Amino acid sequence: MTNELLSIKDLEVWYKTYRGYAKVVNGVNLTVNKGEKVGVVGESGCGKTTTMKSILRMNVQSAYVNSGEILYSGENILKMNEAKLQEIRRRDIAMISQEPSAALNPVFTIGEQIRDVIRYSDTKKKFTKEEMQSKAIDAIKSVMISDPERILASYPYQLSGGMKQRICIAMGLVVPRNVLIADEPGTALDVTIQDQIHRLLHNLVEEKDMSLIMITHSLGVARELVDRIHVMYAGDVVEVAKTDDLFKKPLHPYTIGLLDCVPKLSGGGISEGIYGYVPSYINPAPGCRFASRCPKATQICREQKPSMTSVDAEHSVACFNYQ
Amino acid sequence: MLRFLSRRLLQGVFVIFGLSIFIFVISRIIPGDPAKMALGPRATETAVEQLREEMHLNDSIPEQYYYWITGALKGDLGKSVNTKRAVVEDVSEFLPATIELVIVSGIILIVVSLLLGVLAARYKDTWIDALIRFTAYIGIAIPSFVMAIIFLLIFGLVLQWVPVLGRLSPGMTPPPTVTGLMMVDSLIAGDMAAFWDAFEHIILPAISLALGGLLQEARILRSAISDNMGKEYIAVARGYGIPNNKIMNKYLLKPSMIPVVSVMGLDLASLMGNAFLVEKIFNWPGLSRYGLNAMLTKDLNAISAVILIIGLMFLVINIVVDIIIAALDPRIRLGD
Repeated sequence: MTNELLSIKDLEVWYKTYRGYAKVVNGVNLTVNKGEKVGVVGESGCGKTTTMKSILRMNVQSAYVNSGEILYSGENILKMNEAKLQEIRRRDIAMISQEPSAALNPVFTIGEQIRDVIRYSDTKKKFTKEEMQSKAIDAIKSVMISDPERILASYPYQLSGGMKQRICIAMGLVVPRNVLIADEPGTALDVTIQDQIHRLLHNLVEEKDMSLIMITHSLGVARELVDRIHVMYAGDVVEVAKTDDLFKKPLHPYTIGLLDCVPKLSGGGISEGIYGYVPSYINPAPGCRFASRCPKATQICREQKPSMTSVDAEHSVACFNYQ
Repeated sequence: MLRFLSRRLLQGVFVIFGLSIFIFVISRIIPGDPAKMALGPRATETAVEQLREEMHLNDSIPEQYYYWITGALKGDLGKSVNTKRAVVEDVSEFLPATIELVIVSGIILIVVSLLLGVLAARYKDTWIDALIRFTAYIGIAIPSFVMAIIFLLIFGLVLQWVPVLGRLSPGMTPPPTVTGLMMVDSLIAGDMAAFWDAFEHIILPAISLALGGLLQEARILRSAISDNMGKEYIAVARGYGIPNNKIMNKYLLKPSMIPVVSVMGLDLASLMGNAFLVEKIFNWPGLSRYGLNAMLTKDLNAISAVILIIGLMFLVINIVVDIIIAALDPRIRLGD
């Protein structure tokens, strides 16, 4: 595709533990087009955040990329030198953290932290303090916070969770960028605020014509916000489809299970959910990682890893027994 | 800030008042007759009795305290039976030497501990870190007076790098007294030879005094930095392309300083107390040596004065440390 902006190819990320390597991200493929909103959906601990953090090489030291590439405008970020990478971090891609309270440094004011993001966004240009301040104020205003001057002078502990999440978004958007990665931006918040934040993010991204990667564990959230969904399970992308197609015709048993978990207004009570839990990543069994929980598993599922098969141009699935 | 200061100073007054009662009573109920000790074994009964009367030792302890505190409030801490001089005079002679030692020691403590802590964190799990860790375990485990003796033997006697006793070499003429701090005075007088000599004299006692605390704080800083290194906000700063040294010196160092400064404050305040044996070993003509002598000979007024001054310094340093911590950590407010 010509307008492919960011693509992850066969990415494997392992964590070093005392019991051996935890093979958390197990060959993920993911593409984001220019101006596209992409969702990455899966339950907790399935490697969504690890995959996304690999893009900006923000992972903790114990995580290391075993293989794969991450191409941004055709260049492999994982092989890039430090200076080039810093350029991308400063101007092209930003990631909004899952925990706004942990993402802000407790001993500096919000303004100080946002100003540093602006200051280093263009190393050739010297920003004056007033320029940086007015950019910061604009960013804070854009996330629907009144009284930006007071907020910029505040320390993180003085603000509520919803406020901090907005500030994290403002920080990501203060410099014009091509890609915004939002890591479950509503998780730490109550549902009303969560909804506001999602809408805000959606509108801002549309307004600035950016690409968005939205990580979430809720298909319901993804449905409202994104154009295309990657369903992840235990470090594998198991199904990729346009949002509408996925809801109309889910193919992977895991996707079907997840869809079952979205509460429906038409009643039917609480769904049964998916039996079992994400398997251990240390010495995982060969074959499909979902096999042990899968209602349709057969002998081959336990022996071979299913590869991605295209059902049509926009819909592919990694399963031997899909409908 | 002002409210905080005035409240802490008011609290301080009560603390010092309590301390004065405590030390006054303790020094008087421990066995031994100060008058007899002052006059020596061959003094006559009448002479001893006369001195007892003079020192109000025959009165009840509350009465004695009343005499002492009314004098103290007027700036008269009584007479030392040892030196036969006013205690205030003794103190003003010996205090500057101790203050100089504590200041130099404090500077070494702060600078070197931060340096070693950052170094150990930066080169975590390399030989540099291991060397600092190894030195730290030894340095923390060995008390400062043992360290002082070892230093004295190695650097003073075997290697003869530095002189070992007193504040200045015997041949040196001390600079005219302005502040009482030998190094400052010699700088004021423009006497570089005296400055260098004073520096050589102070360096060993200052290092042995600072070493234990210094190494402990280096370890605390190292672990605070390496804890914070894994924090989300550091990953975020990295993700925004903030330069590495900026992350190290700003985003990482400031939050990591908080636990260090609290412990460092305690250590700086205890330097005064710890100086006792180090001053004795290096024959440093300071307050602690004077106080130690006073305790061994039960020189009541001198003991009270020395303890009070150490208490006062402890108080002041604690207030300063609280202010610094509040400046570092915005979550702490000084209660105003």
